[in-house]
Amino acid sequence: MYEAMVTARHYEERLQEEYLEGKQPAFDISAGPIPGELHLAAGHEASGAGVCQHLRDDDTVTAPHRPHHIAVAKGVDLKRMTAEIFGRETGLSKGKGGHMHLFDPDVNFACSGIIAEGCPPAVGAGLAAKKRNTDSVAVAFLGEGAIDQGAFLESLNMAAVQDLPVVFVVEDNDWAISMPKERVTDVENGAQRAGGFDLPGTRVDADDAVAVYEAAREAIGRARDRNGPSLLEVQVHRRMGHFMGDPQAYRSDEDEEAAQQRDSIDRLEADLRAHGVDNETVASLRSSAQERVEEAIEWAKEQPEPEPADAHEDVFTNPPSGVTDSEPNAAKTETGGDD
Amino acid sequence: MAQQETDPETERQTDRSLTMSRAMVEAIAHEMREDEEVFYMGEDVADYGGIFDSTEGLLEEFGCDRIMDVPISETAYLGAAVGAAQAGMRPIAELMFVDFFGVGMDQIYNQMAKNTYMSGGSVSVPMVLTAAVGGTYNDAAQHSQTLYGTFAHLPGMKVVVPSTAYDAKGLMHNAIRDNDPVVYMFHKRLMGIGWLPAPDGPKTPVPEDDYTIPFGSADVKREGADVTVVTLGLHVHRALEAADDLADDGIDAEVVDLRTLVPLDTETVRESVAKTGRLVVVDEDYRSFGVTGEIVARVAEDGLADLEAVERVAVPDVPLPYARPMENEVVPDAEDITSAVRAAHGDE
Ligand SMILES: Cc1ncc(C[n+]2csc(CCOP(=O)(O)OP(=O)(O)O)c2C)c(N)n1
Repeated sequence: MYEAMVTARHYEERLQEEYLEGKQPAFDISAGPIPGELHLAAGHEASGAGVCQHLRDDDTVTAPHRPHHIAVAKGVDLKRMTAEIFGRETGLSKGKGGHMHLFDPDVNFACSGIIAEGCPPAVGAGLAAKKRNTDSVAVAFLGEGAIDQGAFLESLNMAAVQDLPVVFVVEDNDWAISMPKERVTDVENGAQRAGGFDLPGTRVDADDAVAVYEAAREAIGRARDRNGPSLLEVQVHRRMGHFMGDPQAYRSDEDEEAAQQRDSIDRLEADLRAHGVDNETVASLRSSAQERVEEAIEWAKEQPEPEPADAHEDVFTNPPSGVTDSEPNAAKTETGGDD
Repeated sequence: MAQQETDPETERQTDRSLTMSRAMVEAIAHEMREDEEVFYMGEDVADYGGIFDSTEGLLEEFGCDRIMDVPISETAYLGAAVGAAQAGMRPIAELMFVDFFGVGMDQIYNQMAKNTYMSGGSVSVPMVLTAAVGGTYNDAAQHSQTLYGTFAHLPGMKVVVPSTAYDAKGLMHNAIRDNDPVVYMFHKRLMGIGWLPAPDGPKTPVPEDDYTIPFGSADVKREGADVTVVTLGLHVHRALEAADDLADDGIDAEVVDLRTLVPLDTETVRESVAKTGRLVVVDEDYRSFGVTGEIVARVAEDGLADLEAVERVAVPDVPLPYARPMENEVVPDAEDITSAVRAAHGDE
């Protein structure tokens, strides 16, 4: 668990460096080796690691727009994920998806950048498990800003009435872009949403990875034993802006400072030491994580970019012939100029 | 050519240039001062000022009762805008990225767009739905769509797409004053935000006073004799760039900016094609069943004889890919437009 957490943290620190690379001095979102939006999850590590420790490759995870720590913990191929983020041909999605849309069917991991819209597919994975009579489970991750969304609430209900092996994990980092949690919901915590659907809801406070691990064991165990869905909310924190380049003018210095104070990684490290894990072990876990990250980044950067023409492929698994067109614009000269 | 409502004098009176987002905000602020019933709802529109600066500075003047941040609940707040509008208020609701329309689409196309009709005209829905559109910054398939065609296809909403600050302000005044639902789609690349640099062009002189630009008045942004390029939004600027290049080779392209899709100024397009005989339609939306097909059809319907050549430049029917080489491939650029104009001109 510690390893997954430090890998995720280090990974994101390196992504941040690479992302800023082409964007200095003036920040232009489309410039540099990693274009587009980048949502980093520094401060969220406890949730991904604490939950995914209990998952197998055949268990499904759907992640939201801030997916890296969950992907790392679920065992998504780090090299191909990195290549994807760099927009390379050998990326998980051949460069078509990018950082918010990571798909790794080998470990049943998928993403969506639309708030709460990963919940229904997780319900579907749970439904498939139930129909096929397997003991695999599905976990949908979402932010606390997503708990007002219809897709989430409808999914809770559907999972509940069908008794599906689904766990909903709400990562509460107090913010939805510029919206503080207390301005979007009147309930004290997101786990209370479960009550309305008559299913168990638990909240874990204080960025405590061990407590997340324990609570997730129960929720996932319950799902695996076919005792139905549950909701788990975990307190995490947002160490950075919502996305890279977010000036965070809406956020007080005290709040940012407070977020820096409560690091789940420090906390877990202290726990490990208290349990007699020595410095050397901690250091070696850290350095092996760093090596893995470095290797993935180096590999990704050496990968070729996709060919422009690749854009026209993969719309369908079974491409229909002659229905609509997907052809380069400039080449379409045959329709005109016939005068 | 469509009539210009605003006296060109006014335009010349000012040497004050604004970005497109400032121009939009100025119109919104003006309308909010004039009419207590106007308010703005959306995600991150208050403290943040809109992710694309669409409400920058409004919170300070109007407070959070009128510049309202809402929970991430598109169905609820877009629908609430419909309800408030039916109650006689004039809400502006922002859908941060048009790509999120799916979440609240029922409220948009079954309620907002149809209630007037279904009520036999007894109910009106005077609201504005604003949304950012467009790619060109590698944000992939869920955050880069343009979707003009989808909204224009569904009856009951007026659809506005400004390309310059001047147009953005005049069209926004109109949109807020209109008694029907208006979808106001602005391209992120035109807003003039620091992290998404705009091309030259959208930042224009903007009069301080309010003025309106009537819906259904396309604007000829560049006159030319040889080929008509019909487009909108960001691609007006790409078409103008292409036209400059083509001028060097002696091809004189006329660039028509549609400005609104509903109502559509077929007249201006037809007149231009009657003059040039050649039509190129450029759109950042998907090719099939969209704006390009519609324009060609309208010209063909009553001007077939004028039509010597037709070209369409649009996003081929693929979701927007993330990686730069692929996104560049599918989003039309000035070069794609240049080739299409040449082809229409019979140069190849
Ligand atoms: C349906 C939809 N609405 C709005 C957005 C824009 N958006 C992206 S992330 C975000 C905030 C999400 O907050 P939260 O769920 O708490 O996750 P966090 O970013 O804090 O991890 C918003 C509003 C979106 N992606 N999808």
